[in-house]
Amino acid sequence: MFIALRDLRFARGRFALMGAVVALITLLVVLLAGLTSGLARESVSGVRDLPATTAFAFGTPAAGQQLNVADSRVDADQVRRWAGQHGVAEANPLGIAPARLRIGGQEVAVTAFGAEPGSGIAPPSLADGRIVASTALTDKYRDGRAELGGLSYSVTPAATAVSFSHTPVVWLPLADWRKLDAARGGYASVIALNADSGADLAAGDAAARTVTKSGSAALSAVGSYQAENGSLTLIQVLLFAVSALVIGAFFTVWTVQRAPDLAVLKAIGASNGYLVRDALTQAIVVLLAGGIAGAGVATGLGVLAAQAVPFQVDVTTTLVPLALMVAVGVLGAAIAVRRITSVDAINALGAAR
Amino acid sequence: MSLVLQGIRLSYPDGDQRRTVLDDVSLTVEPGELAAVTGPSGSGKSSLLAVAGLLLRQDAGRVLLGGTDATDLKPAQRTTMRRERIGFVFQQANLLPSLTATDQLLAAAHLAGRRPDSARERAAELLGELGLAEVAGQRPHQLSGGQRQRVGIARALMNEPAVLLVDEPTSALDRTRGQAVIDLLAEVTRRRAVATVLVSHDLASLAAVDRVLDLRDGVLSELVSGQRR
Ligand SMILES: Nc1ncnc2c1ncn2[C@@H]1O[C@H](COP(=O)(O)OP(=O)(O)OP(=O)(O)O)[C@@H](O)[C@H]1O
Ligand SMILES: [Mg+2]
Repeated sequence: MFIALRDLRFARGRFALMGAVVALITLLVVLLAGLTSGLARESVSGVRDLPATTAFAFGTPAAGQQLNVADSRVDADQVRRWAGQHGVAEANPLGIAPARLRIGGQEVAVTAFGAEPGSGIAPPSLADGRIVASTALTDKYRDGRAELGGLSYSVTPAATAVSFSHTPVVWLPLADWRKLDAARGGYASVIALNADSGADLAAGDAAARTVTKSGSAALSAVGSYQAENGSLTLIQVLLFAVSALVIGAFFTVWTVQRAPDLAVLKAIGASNGYLVRDALTQAIVVLLAGGIAGAGVATGLGVLAAQAVPFQVDVTTTLVPLALMVAVGVLGAAIAVRRITSVDAINALGAAR
Repeated sequence: MSLVLQGIRLSYPDGDQRRTVLDDVSLTVEPGELAAVTGPSGSGKSSLLAVAGLLLRQDAGRVLLGGTDATDLKPAQRTTMRRERIGFVFQQANLLPSLTATDQLLAAAHLAGRRPDSARERAAELLGELGLAEVAGQRPHQLSGGQRQRVGIARALMNEPAVLLVDEPTSALDRTRGQAVIDLLAEVTRRRAVATVLVSHDLASLAAVDRVLDLRDGVLSELVSGQRR
């Protein structure tokens, strides 16, 4: 620490440059994380944030077909079989279909979520003659009435800006939803299961002829979610790799440049451990300074951007990428400063110059 | 605490054979004694210092520092010995560019785990003693060659070594400044009772040393001894 901090001050131009690079990469990563999370919210928050749900049972897809929410159909018998499974507290039919909502004199593309009023997944205010709409709609259109599938409803705001497949979600009673989606037939799209951890989902699938998925596997069945999320996540992973490489390259050059000084320090009795700790401290200071600056600016920009584009600002999109950034940077630096151990103290003397 | 070299043998690989650089070299330097080693370029003077300073391991023979036999110590123990018993003064002073004169000394103290306040006191005292009080806050690039070399000496003395090993401290200095550095080394050797080995080409500047030894073809022989005793 003694030498590291003085080197930082002395070569501040060089370290500031490195810090700026770290700041820029962190800025990009945090912006991407916010965007990824924001897009994910627009894509899947309708099903991801569903209450009383641990997994989804999908109708078995036709041979050669991928599991897909849009194609999935379940019938009343399947729902009953699931409800009777041991360890399954609730099995709620959920209908999901694209629809057009007439509200405030406009036609708006929405996703219609059909649920039994009063069931565990339905918003509390869902009732016959009443729909519950994402706040993204109710904040914009405040007249309190809307038309969906030829029927007129009074509109209640949902708890949040819940969304599915990049359209706002509108909840309606399942019976009405079936009429809306009459062309496709069926009782509901999927079954939202509330199962405890000991429940035998495979047995349930066998009995009800369904395919049950939970977590990210279930979300993958939502249209474009996997492709979107996958490519944005890949860019972030690449940025982390770039960061590790850049930090590694910087500290490699730095270590090579100061090899004569390291030889002197070793000659006067510095151990490898002392010098490596010293160098890592330096890397951590640069990473924290650059990272915090970058993440700070990105958070500020994100808060502004969130008013216009899907952008999520929370711990997982700011502090988590920052911590990861510091972690991969330290890893890169650690690999680079390992070469401190190969500097020979003898080089400090005239002997083996 | 003396420096004792007994029957040191050292060779370097040279093609597919080995070239002997030190051939049965023995030397004892007592506390407060300044021994100068001269010899032609390539005769092995720096190698001798490297063996005495535990930077190189000899092929045969023993190195005793202040009564402790360092011959069979593990690398980590040799590092500790260097830190606690040995002071090095290098040809180019080899100061760290980012540190002020005071910090050069404090870095040595930090390595040895000394308490910062007592280290600070000792650094100020040493810099004062070596006429460096005014430049205590300067970095190496702001110092003259002679000042740099004196800071190097102060750093070497920081952890109260038993042995001071000095490799051609005057090669980057003009004659008068070189002379001043040698005289200073003679003075600190006596005052601090360290056993000092000084490698130098310049026989003329060695009036203040106790003994002059000549290293030639791997053999060390006494040229002048008991000059001041
Ligand atoms: N690492 C090494 N590998 C092989 N040979 C070496 C190595 N270091 C030194 N030598 C050889 O050992 C001999 C002694 O070198 P050393 O540096 O000790 O001489 P010196 O007396 O200090 O010379 P100078 O007065 O030029 O500084 C030289 O011939 C040199 O070429
Ligand atoms: Mg030499």
